Amino acid sequence: MMEFNILTLCYLVGSITFILGLKMLSNPATARKGNLIAAGGMTIAIIGTIFLYKDGTGAKLHNYVWIFGGIFIGGVIGTLAAKKVKMTAMPEMVSMFNGMGGACAALISIVEFKHLGMEVVPGTGNAYMPEGSESTLLIILLGLIIGSVSFAGSMIAWGKLNGKVKDFSFKGQHIFNIGLLLGILALAVYLFTSITASNAFLIYVLFAMALMYGVFFVFPIGGADMPVVISLLNSFTGVAAACGGFLYDNKVMLTGGILVGAAGTLLTILMCKAMNRSLSNVLIGSFGASAKGGASAGMHGSYKEISLSDTAVLMSYAHKVFIVPGYGLAVAQAQHVCHELEKILESKGVELKYAIHPVAGRMPGHMNVLLAEADVPYEKLLEMEHANDEFGSTDVVLVLGANDVVNPAAKSDPASPIYGMPILDVELAKHVIVNKRSMKPGYAGIENQLFFQPKTSMLFGDAKKVLQDLVAEIKNL
Amino acid sequence: MDGVLNWITHNQPMIYIVILMIFVGIEVIGHVPSVLHTPLMSGANAIHGVVIIGAIIVMGKAESDNYLALVLGFLAVILGTLNVVGGFVVTDRMLEMFKKKKKN
Repeated sequence: MMEFNILTLCYLVGSITFILGLKMLSNPATARKGNLIAAGGMTIAIIGTIFLYKDGTGAKLHNYVWIFGGIFIGGVIGTLAAKKVKMTAMPEMVSMFNGMGGACAALISIVEFKHLGMEVVPGTGNAYMPEGSESTLLIILLGLIIGSVSFAGSMIAWGKLNGKVKDFSFKGQHIFNIGLLLGILALAVYLFTSITASNAFLIYVLFAMALMYGVFFVFPIGGADMPVVISLLNSFTGVAAACGGFLYDNKVMLTGGILVGAAGTLLTILMCKAMNRSLSNVLIGSFGASAKGGASAGMHGSYKEISLSDTAVLMSYAHKVFIVPGYGLAVAQAQHVCHELEKILESKGVELKYAIHPVAGRMPGHMNVLLAEADVPYEKLLEMEHANDEFGSTDVVLVLGANDVVNPAAKSDPASPIYGMPILDVELAKHVIVNKRSMKPGYAGIENQLFFQPKTSMLFGDAKKVLQDLVAEIKNL
Repeated sequence: MDGVLNWITHNQPMIYIVILMIFVGIEVIGHVPSVLHTPLMSGANAIHGVVIIGAIIVMGKAESDNYLALVLGFLAVILGTLNVVGGFVVTDRMLEMFKKKKKN
Protein backbone atom coordinates (compact mmCIF):
# COMPACT_ATOMS: atom_id res chain seq x y z
CA MET A 1 0.00 0.00 0.00
CA MET A 2 2.84 2.30 0.93
CA GLU A 3 4.38 1.78 -2.51
CA PHE A 4 1.13 2.59 -4.19
CA ASN A 5 0.90 5.83 -2.22
CA ILE A 6 4.38 6.81 -3.28
CA LEU A 7 3.46 6.11 -6.89
CA THR A 8 0.41 8.34 -6.53
CA LEU A 9 2.70 11.05 -5.21
CA CYS A 10 5.07 10.54 -8.18
CA TYR A 11 2.16 11.02 -10.56
CA LEU A 12 0.97 14.08 -8.68
CA VAL A 13 4.43 15.62 -8.90
CA GLY A 14 4.54 14.71 -12.59
CA SER A 15 1.21 16.37 -13.30
CA ILE A 16 2.16 19.55 -11.48
CA THR A 17 5.50 19.83 -13.27
CA PHE A 18 3.74 19.46 -16.62
CA ILE A 19 1.44 22.38 -15.89
CA LEU A 20 4.23 24.45 -14.39
CA GLY A 21 6.60 23.55 -17.22
CA LEU A 22 4.12 24.55 -19.89
CA LYS A 23 3.41 27.79 -18.07
CA MET A 24 7.11 28.62 -17.83
CA LEU A 25 7.69 27.63 -21.44
CA SER A 26 5.46 30.45 -22.57
CA ASN A 27 7.70 33.09 -21.05
CA PRO A 28 11.15 33.77 -22.54
CA ALA A 29 12.80 34.32 -19.17
CA THR A 30 11.71 31.01 -17.65
CA ALA A 31 11.31 28.81 -20.73
CA ARG A 32 14.44 26.73 -20.35
CA LYS A 33 13.86 26.07 -16.69
CA GLY A 34 10.27 25.12 -17.47
CA ASN A 35 11.41 22.53 -19.95
CA LEU A 36 13.82 21.03 -17.43
CA ILE A 37 11.18 20.97 -14.71
CA ALA A 38 8.76 19.10 -16.96
CA ALA A 39 11.55 16.69 -17.92
CA GLY A 40 12.28 16.10 -14.23
CA GLY A 41 8.64 15.40 -13.50
CA MET A 42 8.50 13.00 -16.43
CA THR A 43 11.53 11.13 -15.12
CA ILE A 44 9.95 10.79 -11.68
CA ALA A 45 6.71 9.49 -13.20
CA ILE A 46 8.56 6.98 -15.40
CA ILE A 47 10.80 5.62 -12.66
CA GLY A 48 7.86 5.44 -10.28
CA THR A 49 5.88 3.43 -12.83
CA ILE A 50 8.70 0.99 -13.46
CA PHE A 51 9.34 0.13 -9.82
CA LEU A 52 6.07 0.81 -8.01
CA TYR A 53 3.25 0.08 -10.43
CA LYS A 54 0.86 -2.71 -9.52
CA ASP A 55 -2.08 -3.81 -11.62
CA GLY A 56 -5.55 -4.60 -10.34
CA THR A 57 -4.51 -7.97 -8.95
CA GLY A 58 -1.55 -6.48 -7.08
CA ALA A 59 1.04 -7.99 -9.40
CA LYS A 60 4.14 -5.92 -10.03
CA LEU A 61 5.61 -5.33 -13.44
CA HIS A 62 8.21 -7.72 -14.80
CA ASN A 63 10.24 -7.94 -18.03
CA TYR A 64 12.65 -5.34 -16.64
CA VAL A 65 15.28 -6.30 -19.19
CA TRP A 66 12.90 -5.46 -22.02
CA ILE A 67 11.78 -2.23 -20.39
CA PHE A 68 15.27 -0.94 -19.70
CA GLY A 69 16.46 -2.21 -23.06
CA GLY A 70 13.72 -0.24 -24.82
CA ILE A 71 14.34 2.88 -22.77
CA PHE A 72 18.07 2.60 -23.42
CA ILE A 73 17.67 2.21 -27.19
CA GLY A 74 15.06 4.96 -27.43
CA GLY A 75 17.06 7.22 -25.14
CA VAL A 76 20.29 6.88 -27.06
CA ILE A 77 18.71 7.32 -30.48
CA GLY A 78 16.55 10.19 -29.25
CA THR A 79 19.44 12.05 -27.65
CA LEU A 80 21.71 11.59 -30.63
CA ALA A 81 19.04 12.62 -33.11
CA ALA A 82 18.08 15.65 -31.06
CA LYS A 83 21.68 16.73 -30.49
CA LYS A 84 22.80 16.24 -34.06
CA VAL A 85 19.89 17.77 -35.90
CA LYS A 86 20.66 21.05 -37.59
CA MET A 87 18.74 24.07 -36.39
CA THR A 88 17.13 24.30 -39.82
CA ALA A 89 15.73 20.82 -39.48
CA MET A 90 14.12 21.43 -36.08
CA PRO A 91 10.53 21.47 -37.35
CA GLU A 92 10.77 18.08 -39.01
CA MET A 93 12.48 16.66 -35.93
CA VAL A 94 9.56 17.77 -33.78
CA SER A 95 7.21 16.20 -36.29
CA MET A 96 9.17 12.95 -36.17
CA PHE A 97 9.13 12.75 -32.37
CA ASN A 98 5.44 13.54 -32.39
CA GLY A 99 4.85 10.67 -34.78
CA MET A 100 6.72 8.33 -32.43
CA GLY A 101 4.36 9.29 -29.60
CA GLY A 102 1.35 8.65 -31.83
CA ALA A 103 2.69 5.25 -32.86
CA CYS A 104 3.33 4.40 -29.23
CA ALA A 105 -0.30 5.16 -28.37
CA ALA A 106 -1.54 3.09 -31.31
CA LEU A 107 0.59 0.09 -30.31
CA ILE A 108 -0.66 0.26 -26.74
CA SER A 109 -4.21 0.14 -28.06
CA ILE A 110 -3.49 -2.94 -30.18
CA VAL A 111 -1.92 -4.85 -27.31
CA GLU A 112 -4.73 -3.91 -24.95
CA PHE A 113 -7.27 -4.94 -27.55
CA LYS A 114 -5.63 -8.35 -27.66
CA HIS A 115 -5.69 -8.48 -23.87
CA LEU A 116 -9.37 -7.78 -23.86
CA GLY A 117 -9.85 -10.79 -26.12
CA MET A 118 -7.93 -13.03 -23.76
CA GLU A 119 -9.98 -12.15 -20.74
CA VAL A 120 -13.15 -13.63 -22.13
CA VAL A 121 -14.80 -16.11 -19.83
CA PRO A 122 -14.82 -19.58 -21.43
CA GLY A 123 -18.22 -20.80 -22.47
CA THR A 124 -19.64 -17.42 -23.45
CA GLY A 125 -19.95 -18.48 -27.07
CA ASN A 126 -18.57 -16.17 -29.70
CA ALA A 127 -18.13 -13.21 -27.37
CA TYR A 128 -14.86 -11.35 -27.82
CA MET A 129 -14.55 -9.67 -24.47
CA PRO A 130 -15.90 -9.93 -20.96
CA GLU A 131 -19.15 -8.19 -20.31
CA GLY A 132 -19.00 -4.65 -19.01
CA SER A 133 -15.77 -3.71 -20.77
CA GLU A 134 -17.45 -1.65 -23.48
CA SER A 135 -15.97 1.61 -22.24
CA THR A 136 -12.49 0.07 -22.30
CA LEU A 137 -13.10 -1.00 -25.89
CA LEU A 138 -14.25 2.49 -26.80
CA ILE A 139 -11.11 4.05 -25.34
CA ILE A 140 -8.94 1.49 -27.12
CA LEU A 141 -10.57 2.23 -30.46
CA LEU A 142 -10.23 5.98 -29.93
CA GLY A 143 -6.58 5.71 -28.93
CA LEU A 144 -5.86 3.51 -31.93
CA ILE A 145 -7.51 5.83 -34.45
CA ILE A 146 -6.09 9.07 -33.10
CA GLY A 147 -2.62 7.65 -32.50
CA SER A 148 -2.42 6.14 -35.99
CA VAL A 149 -3.61 9.28 -37.74
CA SER A 150 -1.10 11.30 -35.76
CA PHE A 151 1.72 8.88 -36.57
CA ALA A 152 1.06 8.63 -40.30
CA GLY A 153 0.34 12.35 -40.62
CA SER A 154 3.50 13.31 -38.76
CA MET A 155 5.60 11.08 -40.96
CA ILE A 156 4.20 12.71 -44.09
CA ALA A 157 4.74 16.17 -42.56
CA TRP A 158 8.29 15.14 -41.75
CA GLY A 159 8.83 13.96 -45.31
CA LYS A 160 7.37 17.15 -46.73
CA LEU A 161 9.53 19.41 -44.62
CA ASN A 162 12.75 17.72 -45.61
CA GLY A 163 11.68 17.52 -49.21
CA LYS A 164 11.29 13.75 -49.46
CA VAL A 165 7.55 13.92 -50.03
CA LYS A 166 6.04 16.26 -52.59
CA ASP A 167 2.64 17.85 -52.35
CA PHE A 168 0.19 15.43 -53.77
CA SER A 169 -3.47 15.77 -54.43
CA PHE A 170 -5.96 14.36 -56.85
CA LYS A 171 -9.36 15.36 -57.99
CA GLY A 172 -12.02 14.69 -55.41
CA GLN A 173 -9.49 14.09 -52.69
CA HIS A 174 -11.55 15.93 -50.12
CA ILE A 175 -14.49 13.73 -50.84
CA PHE A 176 -12.22 10.69 -50.68
CA ASN A 177 -10.88 11.89 -47.31
CA ILE A 178 -14.31 12.51 -45.90
CA GLY A 179 -15.41 9.11 -47.17
CA LEU A 180 -12.40 7.47 -45.55
CA LEU A 181 -13.08 9.23 -42.27
CA LEU A 182 -16.71 8.17 -42.34
CA GLY A 183 -15.59 4.63 -43.13
CA ILE A 184 -13.28 4.67 -40.12
CA LEU A 185 -16.06 5.91 -37.88
CA ALA A 186 -18.52 3.36 -39.25
CA LEU A 187 -16.08 0.51 -38.72
CA ALA A 188 -15.31 1.73 -35.21
CA VAL A 189 -19.00 1.90 -34.37
CA TYR A 190 -19.50 -1.56 -35.85
CA LEU A 191 -16.65 -3.00 -33.80
CA PHE A 192 -17.92 -1.25 -30.69
CA THR A 193 -21.45 -2.51 -30.98
CA SER A 194 -21.09 -5.98 -32.43
CA ILE A 195 -17.64 -7.33 -31.85
CA THR A 196 -17.30 -11.10 -31.74
CA ALA A 197 -14.33 -13.43 -31.66
CA SER A 198 -14.68 -14.01 -35.39
CA ASN A 199 -14.65 -10.39 -36.55
CA ALA A 200 -12.04 -9.13 -34.10
CA PHE A 201 -9.43 -9.08 -36.88
CA LEU A 202 -11.22 -6.00 -38.22
CA ILE A 203 -9.19 -4.00 -35.69
CA TYR A 204 -6.24 -4.32 -38.07
CA VAL A 205 -8.38 -3.04 -40.91
CA LEU A 206 -9.27 -0.09 -38.72
CA PHE A 207 -5.59 0.42 -37.96
CA ALA A 208 -4.71 0.40 -41.66
CA MET A 209 -7.55 2.77 -42.54
CA ALA A 210 -6.51 5.21 -39.81
CA LEU A 211 -2.93 5.17 -41.09
CA MET A 212 -4.21 5.79 -44.59
CA TYR A 213 -6.32 8.65 -43.40
CA GLY A 214 -3.30 10.24 -41.71
CA VAL A 215 -1.40 10.05 -44.98
CA PHE A 216 -4.16 11.47 -47.15
CA PHE A 217 -5.06 14.07 -44.54
CA VAL A 218 -1.63 15.69 -44.73
CA PHE A 219 -0.82 14.97 -48.39
CA PRO A 220 -2.77 17.82 -50.01
CA ILE A 221 -1.82 20.45 -47.44
CA GLY A 222 0.82 22.82 -48.74
CA GLY A 223 4.31 22.65 -47.29
CA ALA A 224 4.02 26.19 -45.98
CA ASP A 225 1.22 25.08 -43.71
CA MET A 226 3.14 22.19 -42.18
CA PRO A 227 3.79 24.00 -38.87
CA VAL A 228 0.07 24.33 -38.34
CA VAL A 229 -0.44 20.68 -39.21
CA ILE A 230 2.35 19.54 -36.89
CA SER A 231 0.89 21.59 -34.07
CA LEU A 232 -2.51 20.04 -34.72
CA LEU A 233 -1.11 16.51 -34.85
CA ASN A 234 0.77 17.34 -31.67
CA SER A 235 -2.52 17.97 -29.91
CA PHE A 236 -3.91 14.74 -31.46
CA THR A 237 -1.10 12.76 -29.88
CA GLY A 238 -1.92 14.48 -26.61
CA VAL A 239 -5.47 13.18 -26.81
CA ALA A 240 -4.22 9.72 -27.74
CA ALA A 241 -1.99 9.76 -24.64
CA ALA A 242 -4.99 10.80 -22.57
CA CYS A 243 -6.84 7.73 -23.87
CA GLY A 244 -4.06 5.71 -22.27
CA GLY A 245 -4.80 7.59 -19.07
CA PHE A 246 -8.40 6.37 -19.14
CA LEU A 247 -7.27 2.87 -20.00
CA TYR A 248 -4.98 2.51 -17.01
CA ASP A 249 -6.83 4.89 -14.73
CA ASN A 250 -3.59 6.84 -14.78
CA LYS A 251 -3.88 10.49 -13.78
CA VAL A 252 -0.52 11.68 -14.99
CA MET A 253 -1.11 10.36 -18.51
CA LEU A 254 -4.51 11.96 -18.49
CA THR A 255 -3.24 15.31 -17.23
CA GLY A 256 -0.28 15.44 -19.58
CA GLY A 257 -2.30 14.27 -22.57
CA ILE A 258 -5.27 16.60 -22.16
CA LEU A 259 -3.00 19.51 -21.26
CA VAL A 260 -1.11 19.11 -24.52
CA GLY A 261 -4.31 18.42 -26.40
CA ALA A 262 -5.81 21.73 -25.25
CA ALA A 263 -2.64 23.82 -25.42
CA GLY A 264 -1.76 22.32 -28.81
CA THR A 265 -5.17 23.19 -30.20
CA LEU A 266 -4.88 26.78 -28.98
CA LEU A 267 -1.35 27.03 -30.36
CA THR A 268 -2.63 25.76 -33.71
CA ILE A 269 -5.27 28.46 -33.74
CA LEU A 270 -2.71 31.12 -32.75
CA MET A 271 -0.51 30.03 -35.65
CA CYS A 272 -3.40 30.24 -38.07
CA LYS A 273 -4.17 33.71 -36.77
CA ALA A 274 -0.60 34.78 -37.46
CA MET A 275 -1.29 33.93 -41.10
CA ASN A 276 -4.73 35.48 -40.93
CA ARG A 277 -6.39 32.25 -41.98
CA SER A 278 -8.83 29.92 -40.37
CA LEU A 279 -7.96 26.40 -39.38
CA SER A 280 -10.53 24.90 -41.72
CA ASN A 281 -9.02 26.92 -44.56
CA VAL A 282 -5.65 25.36 -43.83
CA LEU A 283 -7.00 21.85 -43.46
CA ILE A 284 -9.25 21.76 -46.46
CA GLY A 285 -6.15 22.78 -48.31
CA SER A 286 -7.79 25.28 -50.61
CA PHE A 287 -4.36 26.85 -50.61
CA GLY A 288 -2.98 24.38 -53.11
CA ALA A 289 -6.03 24.46 -55.31
CA SER A 290 -6.58 28.18 -55.61
CA ALA A 291 -2.87 28.90 -55.76
CA LYS A 292 -2.80 27.57 -59.28
CA GLY A 293 -5.45 30.06 -60.35
CA GLY A 294 -3.56 32.85 -58.65
CA ALA A 295 -0.33 31.93 -60.31
CA SER A 296 -1.68 31.85 -63.82
CA ALA A 297 -3.35 35.19 -63.28
CA GLY A 298 -0.04 36.50 -61.97
CA MET A 299 2.15 38.57 -64.14
CA HIS A 300 5.46 37.78 -65.70
CA GLY A 301 6.84 41.27 -65.98
CA SER A 302 10.47 42.16 -66.23
CA TYR A 303 12.76 42.27 -63.28
CA LYS A 304 16.20 43.69 -62.93
CA GLU A 305 19.26 42.06 -61.50
CA ILE A 306 21.87 43.74 -59.36
CA SER A 307 25.54 42.84 -59.17
CA LEU A 308 27.33 41.97 -55.96
CA SER A 309 29.52 45.03 -56.04
CA ASP A 310 26.56 47.34 -56.52
CA THR A 311 24.84 45.66 -53.60
CA ALA A 312 27.96 46.08 -51.48
CA VAL A 313 28.17 49.80 -52.27
CA LEU A 314 24.46 50.35 -51.75
CA MET A 315 24.52 48.67 -48.35
CA SER A 316 27.73 50.15 -47.01
CA TYR A 317 26.62 53.70 -47.72
CA ALA A 318 23.14 53.29 -46.37
CA HIS A 319 22.09 54.67 -43.00
CA LYS A 320 19.62 52.00 -42.15
CA VAL A 321 19.38 48.49 -43.49
CA PHE A 322 16.83 45.79 -42.75
CA ILE A 323 17.34 42.11 -43.38
CA VAL A 324 14.24 40.02 -43.95
CA PRO A 325 15.20 36.38 -43.38
CA GLY A 326 13.15 33.50 -44.74
CA TYR A 327 13.37 29.79 -45.33
CA GLY A 328 16.06 30.31 -47.99
CA LEU A 329 18.39 31.52 -45.25
CA ALA A 330 17.64 28.40 -43.22
CA VAL A 331 18.18 26.03 -46.13
CA ALA A 332 21.51 27.63 -47.01
CA GLN A 333 22.62 27.60 -43.35
CA ALA A 334 23.53 31.22 -43.88
CA GLN A 335 22.77 32.54 -40.39
CA HIS A 336 26.42 32.83 -39.36
CA VAL A 337 27.47 34.67 -42.50
CA CYS A 338 24.44 36.85 -42.01
CA HIS A 339 25.73 37.82 -38.59
CA GLU A 340 29.12 38.54 -40.12
CA LEU A 341 27.52 40.86 -42.64
CA GLU A 342 25.71 42.57 -39.81
CA LYS A 343 28.96 43.14 -37.89
CA ILE A 344 30.89 44.47 -40.86
CA LEU A 345 28.10 46.84 -41.85
CA GLU A 346 27.82 48.11 -38.30
CA SER A 347 31.55 48.75 -38.19
CA LYS A 348 30.90 51.06 -41.13
CA GLY A 349 28.25 52.92 -39.20
CA VAL A 350 25.22 51.33 -40.81
CA GLU A 351 22.24 50.67 -38.58
CA LEU A 352 21.14 47.12 -39.24
CA LYS A 353 18.10 45.27 -37.97
CA TYR A 354 16.18 42.13 -38.80
CA ALA A 355 12.49 42.12 -39.60
CA ILE A 356 10.90 38.87 -38.48
CA HIS A 357 7.56 37.86 -39.91
CA PRO A 358 5.63 35.67 -37.48
CA VAL A 359 5.50 32.79 -39.94
CA ALA A 360 8.85 33.30 -41.68
CA GLY A 361 10.57 29.98 -42.24
CA ARG A 362 8.75 26.77 -41.69
CA MET A 363 7.58 27.40 -38.15
CA PRO A 364 6.68 30.40 -36.07
CA GLY A 365 9.81 31.50 -34.25
CA HIS A 366 11.98 29.52 -36.67
CA MET A 367 14.01 32.59 -37.67
CA ASN A 368 14.50 33.69 -34.07
CA VAL A 369 15.92 30.31 -33.17
CA LEU A 370 18.16 30.28 -36.21
CA LEU A 371 19.55 33.79 -35.78
CA ALA A 372 20.00 33.21 -32.08
CA GLU A 373 22.24 30.30 -32.99
CA ALA A 374 24.47 32.74 -34.83
CA ASP A 375 24.59 35.06 -31.79
CA VAL A 376 22.51 37.82 -33.32
CA PRO A 377 21.46 39.99 -30.37
CA TYR A 378 17.84 39.84 -29.28
CA GLU A 379 17.17 43.57 -29.66
CA LYS A 380 18.00 43.48 -33.35
CA LEU A 381 15.12 41.19 -34.17
CA LEU A 382 12.03 43.28 -34.76
CA GLU A 383 8.58 41.80 -34.90
CA MET A 384 6.43 42.60 -37.87
CA GLU A 385 4.49 45.57 -36.50
CA HIS A 386 7.62 47.37 -35.30
CA ALA A 387 9.49 46.62 -38.49
CA ASN A 388 6.63 47.96 -40.61
CA ASP A 389 6.80 51.25 -38.70
CA GLU A 390 10.45 51.60 -39.60
CA PHE A 391 10.56 50.56 -43.25
CA GLY A 392 9.61 54.08 -44.34
CA SER A 393 12.91 55.44 -43.03
CA THR A 394 14.98 52.52 -44.32
CA ASP A 395 17.44 52.79 -47.18
CA VAL A 396 17.93 49.18 -48.12
CA VAL A 397 15.96 46.06 -47.35
CA LEU A 398 17.74 42.79 -48.08
CA VAL A 399 15.27 39.95 -48.45
CA LEU A 400 17.10 36.69 -47.82
CA GLY A 401 15.18 33.73 -49.12
CA ALA A 402 11.81 35.02 -47.96
CA ASN A 403 8.98 35.27 -50.42
CA ASP A 404 5.36 34.96 -49.41
CA VAL A 405 5.81 37.08 -46.28
CA VAL A 406 6.76 40.08 -48.41
CA ASN A 407 4.25 39.50 -51.20
CA PRO A 408 2.13 42.63 -51.66
CA ALA A 409 -0.60 40.50 -53.22
CA ALA A 410 -1.61 39.69 -49.66
CA LYS A 411 -2.86 43.26 -49.41
CA SER A 412 -3.85 44.17 -52.94
CA ASP A 413 -5.15 41.07 -54.68
CA PRO A 414 -8.33 39.58 -53.22
CA ALA A 415 -7.98 36.64 -55.61
CA SER A 416 -4.65 35.67 -54.13
CA PRO A 417 -4.66 32.68 -51.82
CA ILE A 418 -2.64 34.60 -49.26
CA TYR A 419 -4.95 37.63 -49.42
CA GLY A 420 -5.43 39.05 -45.95
CA MET A 421 -2.21 37.70 -44.48
CA PRO A 422 -0.31 40.50 -42.76
CA ILE A 423 3.01 41.06 -44.53
CA LEU A 424 6.21 43.00 -44.11
CA ASP A 425 5.81 46.24 -46.06
CA VAL A 426 9.30 46.21 -47.50
CA GLU A 427 8.20 48.26 -50.49
CA LEU A 428 8.12 51.33 -48.22
CA ALA A 429 11.93 51.31 -48.16
CA LYS A 430 14.01 53.12 -50.76
CA HIS A 431 15.62 50.01 -52.19
CA VAL A 432 14.68 46.39 -51.98
CA ILE A 433 17.24 43.71 -52.82
CA VAL A 434 15.88 40.23 -53.05
CA ASN A 435 18.16 37.25 -52.78
CA LYS A 436 16.67 34.06 -54.18
CA ARG A 437 18.03 31.05 -55.95
CA SER A 438 15.83 31.59 -58.98
CA MET A 439 12.61 33.27 -60.07
CA LYS A 440 10.63 30.24 -58.99
CA PRO A 441 7.61 31.12 -56.85
CA GLY A 442 7.77 30.53 -53.10
CA TYR A 443 6.30 27.78 -51.03
CA ALA A 444 2.75 28.93 -51.49
CA GLY A 445 3.29 28.59 -55.24
CA ILE A 446 2.32 32.13 -56.15
CA GLU A 447 4.07 34.85 -58.08
CA ASN A 448 5.37 37.81 -56.13
CA GLN A 449 4.68 41.20 -57.66
CA LEU A 450 7.33 42.70 -55.44
CA PHE A 451 10.04 41.25 -57.65
CA PHE A 452 8.77 43.16 -60.66
CA GLN A 453 8.59 46.57 -59.01
CA PRO A 454 11.04 49.28 -60.10
CA LYS A 455 12.47 49.60 -56.59
CA THR A 456 13.33 45.95 -56.44
CA SER A 457 16.53 44.36 -57.65
CA MET A 458 17.21 40.66 -57.73
CA LEU A 459 20.42 39.10 -56.45
CA PHE A 460 20.37 35.47 -57.52
CA GLY A 461 22.25 32.69 -55.81
CA ASP A 462 22.45 30.53 -52.73
CA ALA A 463 22.04 32.76 -49.67
CA LYS A 464 25.23 31.60 -47.99
CA LYS A 465 27.41 31.95 -51.07
CA VAL A 466 25.98 35.35 -51.89
CA LEU A 467 26.45 36.64 -48.35
CA GLN A 468 30.03 35.37 -48.20
CA ASP A 469 30.85 37.15 -51.44
CA LEU A 470 29.03 40.21 -50.24
CA VAL A 471 31.04 40.34 -47.02
CA ALA A 472 34.27 39.98 -49.00
CA GLU A 473 33.15 42.67 -51.39
CA ILE A 474 32.33 45.10 -48.57
CA LYS A 475 35.69 44.44 -46.94
CA ASN A 476 37.41 45.40 -50.19
CA LEU A 477 35.58 48.68 -50.55
CA MET B 1 -28.36 5.36 -21.53
CA ASP B 2 -27.84 3.58 -18.24
CA GLY B 3 -24.43 2.48 -19.43
CA VAL B 4 -23.41 6.03 -20.23
CA LEU B 5 -24.56 7.33 -16.86
CA ASN B 6 -22.80 4.50 -15.09
CA TRP B 7 -19.66 5.23 -17.00
CA ILE B 8 -19.78 8.91 -16.10
CA THR B 9 -20.35 8.12 -12.44
CA HIS B 10 -17.62 5.55 -12.46
CA ASN B 11 -15.09 7.82 -14.12
CA GLN B 12 -16.15 11.02 -12.43
CA PRO B 13 -12.71 12.12 -11.18
CA MET B 14 -11.18 11.45 -14.60
CA ILE B 15 -13.84 13.49 -16.35
CA TYR B 16 -13.27 16.37 -13.96
CA ILE B 17 -9.57 16.22 -14.75
CA VAL B 18 -10.26 16.31 -18.49
CA ILE B 19 -12.48 19.37 -18.21
CA LEU B 20 -10.17 21.26 -15.87
CA MET B 21 -7.08 20.41 -17.89
CA ILE B 22 -8.67 21.74 -21.06
CA PHE B 23 -9.05 25.11 -19.37
CA VAL B 24 -5.63 24.98 -17.74
CA GLY B 25 -3.99 24.10 -21.06
CA ILE B 26 -5.63 27.03 -22.80
CA GLU B 27 -5.02 29.45 -19.95
CA VAL B 28 -1.40 28.54 -19.41
CA ILE B 29 -0.18 29.28 -22.93
CA GLY B 30 -2.65 32.04 -23.74
CA HIS B 31 -0.11 34.85 -23.70
CA VAL B 32 2.83 33.17 -25.36
CA PRO B 33 4.86 35.50 -27.60
CA SER B 34 5.21 34.25 -31.16
CA VAL B 35 8.97 33.95 -30.67
CA LEU B 36 8.32 31.03 -28.38
CA HIS B 37 5.80 29.18 -30.56
CA THR B 38 8.33 26.66 -31.83
CA PRO B 39 9.94 25.81 -28.46
CA LEU B 40 6.51 25.66 -26.85
CA MET B 41 5.24 23.25 -29.48
CA SER B 42 8.34 21.18 -29.01
CA GLY B 43 7.99 21.21 -25.22
CA ALA B 44 4.34 20.21 -25.42
CA ASN B 45 5.40 17.47 -27.80
CA ALA B 46 7.78 16.12 -25.16
CA ILE B 47 5.08 16.25 -22.49
CA HIS B 48 2.65 14.07 -24.40
CA GLY B 49 5.47 11.55 -24.43
CA VAL B 50 3.95 10.63 -21.06
CA VAL B 51 2.25 7.95 -23.15
CA ILE B 52 5.47 6.01 -22.44
CA ILE B 53 3.98 5.11 -19.08
CA GLY B 54 1.30 3.13 -20.87
CA ALA B 55 3.98 1.43 -22.93
CA ILE B 56 5.92 0.49 -19.79
CA ILE B 57 2.80 -0.98 -18.23
CA VAL B 58 2.04 -2.98 -21.39
CA MET B 59 5.60 -4.24 -21.50
CA GLY B 60 5.79 -5.01 -17.79
CA LYS B 61 2.54 -6.96 -17.82
CA ALA B 62 3.25 -9.03 -20.90
CA GLU B 63 3.47 -12.76 -20.20
CA SER B 64 6.64 -14.36 -21.45
CA ASP B 65 4.78 -16.47 -24.04
CA ASN B 66 2.76 -13.57 -25.43
CA TYR B 67 5.08 -12.60 -28.24
CA LEU B 68 2.76 -10.05 -29.78
CA ALA B 69 2.56 -8.09 -26.53
CA LEU B 70 6.29 -8.45 -25.95
CA VAL B 71 7.28 -7.24 -29.40
CA LEU B 72 4.71 -4.47 -29.69
CA GLY B 73 5.28 -3.42 -26.09
CA PHE B 74 9.02 -3.28 -26.62
CA LEU B 75 8.54 -1.22 -29.77
CA ALA B 76 6.14 1.07 -27.92
CA VAL B 77 8.68 1.63 -25.13
CA ILE B 78 11.36 2.56 -27.68
CA LEU B 79 9.04 4.92 -29.56
CA GLY B 80 7.73 6.49 -26.37
CA THR B 81 11.24 7.08 -25.06
CA LEU B 82 12.20 8.63 -28.39
CA ASN B 83 9.29 11.01 -27.98
CA VAL B 84 10.17 11.95 -24.41
CA VAL B 85 13.96 12.13 -24.58
CA GLY B 86 14.18 13.57 -28.09
CA GLY B 87 11.43 16.06 -27.32
CA PHE B 88 13.01 17.46 -24.17
CA VAL B 89 16.53 17.54 -25.62
CA VAL B 90 15.45 19.34 -28.79
CA THR B 91 13.48 21.86 -26.76
CA ASP B 92 16.45 22.45 -24.49
CA ARG B 93 18.70 23.00 -27.47
CA MET B 94 16.35 25.59 -28.90
CA LEU B 95 16.03 27.41 -25.61
CA GLU B 96 19.74 27.26 -24.88
CA MET B 97 20.23 29.68 -27.72
CA PHE B 98 17.78 32.14 -26.33
CA LYS B 99 19.77 32.11 -23.12
CA LYS B 100 23.13 32.62 -24.75
CA LYS B 101 21.83 35.52 -26.72
CA LYS B 102 20.61 37.31 -23.63
CA LYS B 103 23.94 37.17 -21.86
CA ASN B 104 25.74 38.79 -24.77
